[in-house]
Amino acid sequence: MGQKLLLEHINVPEIQTYNVYRAKGGYKAVEKSLKMSPDEVMEEVKKSGLRGRGGAGFPTGMKWSFLDRKTDKPRYLVCNADESEPGTFKDRFLMEKIPHLLIEGLICSSYALGSNTTYIYIRGEYKWIVGILEKAIAEAKNAGFLGKNILGTGYDLEIYVNNGAGAYICGEETALLESLEGKRGNPRMKPPFPAISGLYGSPTVVNNVETLAAVVPIINLSGEEYAKIGIGKSTGTKLISACGNIRNPGVYEIDLGLPVYEFLNSDEYCGGIRDGHRLKAVIPGGSSVPILPAELFYKNIKGEERNMSYESLSDGGFVSGSMLGSGGFVAMDETVCIVRNTWSFARFYHHESCGQCSPCREGTGWMEKVLHRIEYGHGHMHDIDLLVDVAKKIEGNTICPLGDAAAWPVAAAIRHFREEFEYHIKYPDKVKNSRFAHLDDYKTSLQLA
Amino acid sequence: MDTNLSEITFTEERLAKAKEIMARYPEGRHKSALLPILHIAQHQFGNWLSAPVMDYVASILNIKPIEVYEVATFYSMYNLKPVGKCMIEFCQTGPCLCRGVEDIMDYTEQKLGIKVGETTQDGKFTLKGVECLGACGYAPMAQIGEYYYENLTKEKIDKIIHLFGQEDFNPDQKYDI
Amino acid sequence: MIKVTIDGVEIMVEPGTTILNAARQAGGDIVPPAMCYYSKLKGSGGKCRTCLVKVSAGSEKDPRPMPKLVASCSTPVQDGMVVQNITSPEVLEARKGVVEFLLINHPLDCPVCDQAGECHLQDLGFQHGSAKTRYEEERRQFDKIDIGDKIQLHMTRCILCYRCVYTADQITNQRVHGVLKRGDASEISTYIENVIENDFSGNVIDVCPVGALTDKTFRFKSRVWFVKPMNAHRDCNKCSGKVAIWMHGEEVYRVTGRKDKYGEVEEFICNDCRFEKKQKSDWVIEGPREVERWSVIGQNKYAVGTKVTAPQNIGYGNIID
Ligand SMILES: Cc1cc2nc3c(=O)[nH]c(=O)nc-3n(C[C@H](O)[C@H](O)[C@H](O)COP(=O)(O)O)c2cc1C
Ligand code: SF4
Ligand code: SF4
Ligand code: FES
Ligand code: FES
Repeated sequence: MGQKLLLEHINVPEIQTYNVYRAKGGYKAVEKSLKMSPDEVMEEVKKSGLRGRGGAGFPTGMKWSFLDRKTDKPRYLVCNADESEPGTFKDRFLMEKIPHLLIEGLICSSYALGSNTTYIYIRGEYKWIVGILEKAIAEAKNAGFLGKNILGTGYDLEIYVNNGAGAYICGEETALLESLEGKRGNPRMKPPFPAISGLYGSPTVVNNVETLAAVVPIINLSGEEYAKIGIGKSTGTKLISACGNIRNPGVYEIDLGLPVYEFLNSDEYCGGIRDGHRLKAVIPGGSSVPILPAELFYKNIKGEERNMSYESLSDGGFVSGSMLGSGGFVAMDETVCIVRNTWSFARFYHHESCGQCSPCREGTGWMEKVLHRIEYGHGHMHDIDLLVDVAKKIEGNTICPLGDAAAWPVAAAIRHFREEFEYHIKYPDKVKNSRFAHLDDYKTSLQLA
Repeated sequence: MDTNLSEITFTEERLAKAKEIMARYPEGRHKSALLPILHIAQHQFGNWLSAPVMDYVASILNIKPIEVYEVATFYSMYNLKPVGKCMIEFCQTGPCLCRGVEDIMDYTEQKLGIKVGETTQDGKFTLKGVECLGACGYAPMAQIGEYYYENLTKEKIDKIIHLFGQEDFNPDQKYDI
Repeated sequence: MIKVTIDGVEIMVEPGTTILNAARQAGGDIVPPAMCYYSKLKGSGGKCRTCLVKVSAGSEKDPRPMPKLVASCSTPVQDGMVVQNITSPEVLEARKGVVEFLLINHPLDCPVCDQAGECHLQDLGFQHGSAKTRYEEERRQFDKIDIGDKIQLHMTRCILCYRCVYTADQITNQRVHGVLKRGDASEISTYIENVIENDFSGNVIDVCPVGALTDKTFRFKSRVWFVKPMNAHRDCNKCSGKVAIWMHGEEVYRVTGRKDKYGEVEEFICNDCRFEKKQKSDWVIEGPREVERWSVIGQNKYAVGTKVTAPQNIGYGNIID
């Protein structure tokens, strides 16, 4: 049984309300933080080893230390609640079920960074959560944890919720800032980085919802204690949103380092693949990370068991590994057609490309069209290498990482499931009208676990 | 432009809300309120944004109309054409595919006699395919109005079509399905 | 001054200079192609990715290479930086990819395009592309539209460099057009039928690197290689009046800004000079302009033939390989 730091009180009735949250020890981290200096708060976060939970896993304390404190411009903290990576629904769970945890984390973090106005940028589709958050903000303000002169310390803070309007790219931090300025979500050229010139040209830190919520247990426990949880450089707990063909889809808080076998098969978590079916492949960290066939998911290429951590899942690099990413865990059984699934992701990136730079704007559409043809029985053998090449020409050559995110899933699916693509091309009549895989007809190289 | 702005004005309540939102941003940064205000406008003017409505929003924020068009056409939640009162937006991305959303979509198409992307003749229903809505664990799912309807089955679709086709259907309300 | 080495050529530049501008100072083959950057437009660049280069040493102080190729138009040089452009196979390969991306949705009809002969995309295709396309899907298409009675927009040819948008923002103050929608559905448009009316609006034609924005008053539709560009000027109370006039015999076919070898105008000109002054007597002619840039006009490549053989070939009818 792992530690529960974020979701400990998740099942307490009415934990959404200030009174219940407070009764369960809520806002103690704010009280504690405001007795410390901002630098001391930041020091705790550094010591905790917390890494960004939005996908890239960048050390949060280090990111905070880059913030330009020398200018007289205001500094901003922006909470990234855009959550649109396919497979990921953990931030939503946290905001819906225990909104005060995020607000509390935002207050501690804003204090550490010296932000007096903090914005939560939430994806437009989460309309009803805006109300939940605004209610929590009003309650916190009413209790004196927000507004002017918080707890008599002289520190002022307002938190506002800004809703997006349907654009995955606005999860990319500079696109998010553009959007928050009321513009199209076109990512900015870097440098300058937001820590120097972000929102309205002011120094800005953008962090994920879960990252900011995790600051609460870090302050409560101390950075050092938090760092004891987890494994190696993957400290603390992580929310994993599990979906696909598993018995218990949902959001789980795990100690980083939990063996992947246990996560997928234990009844405490996913509960295994649904009855009568077997694991075929896993996307461990959201649609942008490489897909792994069952055997490479359980064990790395050296035959060592994998665990749920940044390092272990990426072991093997792009050849035989993947990434923890955002924690969007998608498990697929033998009925899932990899070609169709890859096409759907390609369509997703095509649809979500901002269109600023040519490799991504043109390449994502190209890949989608070719994959669509293959899936519907109009592919040619040379299309497979074409896809690999197009993906390669997008990767690394774009303004923002969406290009890479579009290229990797295609490259990885072909790398590990090439035979399934070939089958589609050889037997167009068999695949044309079928949405699911034809396991009886062809032998894949994969070992179903 | 021969747009008659006088016909298009926010209700007092909405105007106050728009002003309140604008005040959240620093002096001179009112454009930040554009996305939220477009949501308000869409909500008031029949769930879509016509050019005159966008011009009205531009006038509130004191920006050029093209700045509004650029933004409104970028984000997928703004409807640039009229849509049905009940817009069913099915997520059709990978994780939802694994769990059979396409069968549910087929079924809904058949029942309503329209294809995805179309609106029923009586203007009651629009079907849309959208990308991941952050509900992958509760697939198949669809967004209707403000809310998500999850773990959909054919029975649930029957119920939705029956209930949401009624005159008093309110897309701002969450229904028990 | 700081030192940067590009393809082995050492260049001393002011701090803050971009790699591209450093290369332009030295000139020659080491200059990366640029389709979206325009030195006179703030914020331009970074989008097309044709100018990607490899930084094999970041600076004297920190000689580590940069992990990815960088856009030379928007990356400032550091003292001691070492850059590879045409000496890096990786760069050439990536650039070939970018050119292919720019062309997949571009029509294959250079011979009927008004820009043929002075199109930067055509030049780019010659130099960096491959003659065959691997693209078998349907191409994006739009109808031609008039934005006002002087300017025509053919979105099908647009490469979304954003230059015309920056021009409207920075040179005129009444931008009515912009980039609408997103991804590969993006288009340059006014959204509602709208006219670009502004004394300097015609400059969007000059900044457009392809034939997407064209001059409707270019009356006698003609291949640019049949007309001769001349430097000319007049007294103008709106702009400098320094222009290039494009003549055929005694007739002024059209008026443009004076473009340098990178396709950038020296000065923006007003609509009066551009659209209204079509008599030879309107102008004091200084003499013929040299066509400097590596271009189809310069090399007279296009004049040989204008037939497009098959749609499988990218539309350079005269590339026979
Ligand atoms: C295309 C793209 C989409 C992204 N979407 C999200 C997102 O929805 N939520 C998020 O927190 N981070 C997202 N990110 C990562 C952010 O750019 C940024 O790294 C993150 O918000 C930093 O927060 P963290 O350090 O707390 O993880 C995305 C990145 C890219 C390139
Ligand atoms: S990589 Fe794609 S999403 Fe990112 S800036 Fe370029 S076009 Fe936009
Ligand atoms: S119309 Fe021309 S200048 Fe404008 S974005 Fe397109 S290619 Fe660039
Ligand atoms: S894939 Fe459908 S909600 Fe995420
Ligand atoms: S010129 Fe540098 S990216 Fe276009």
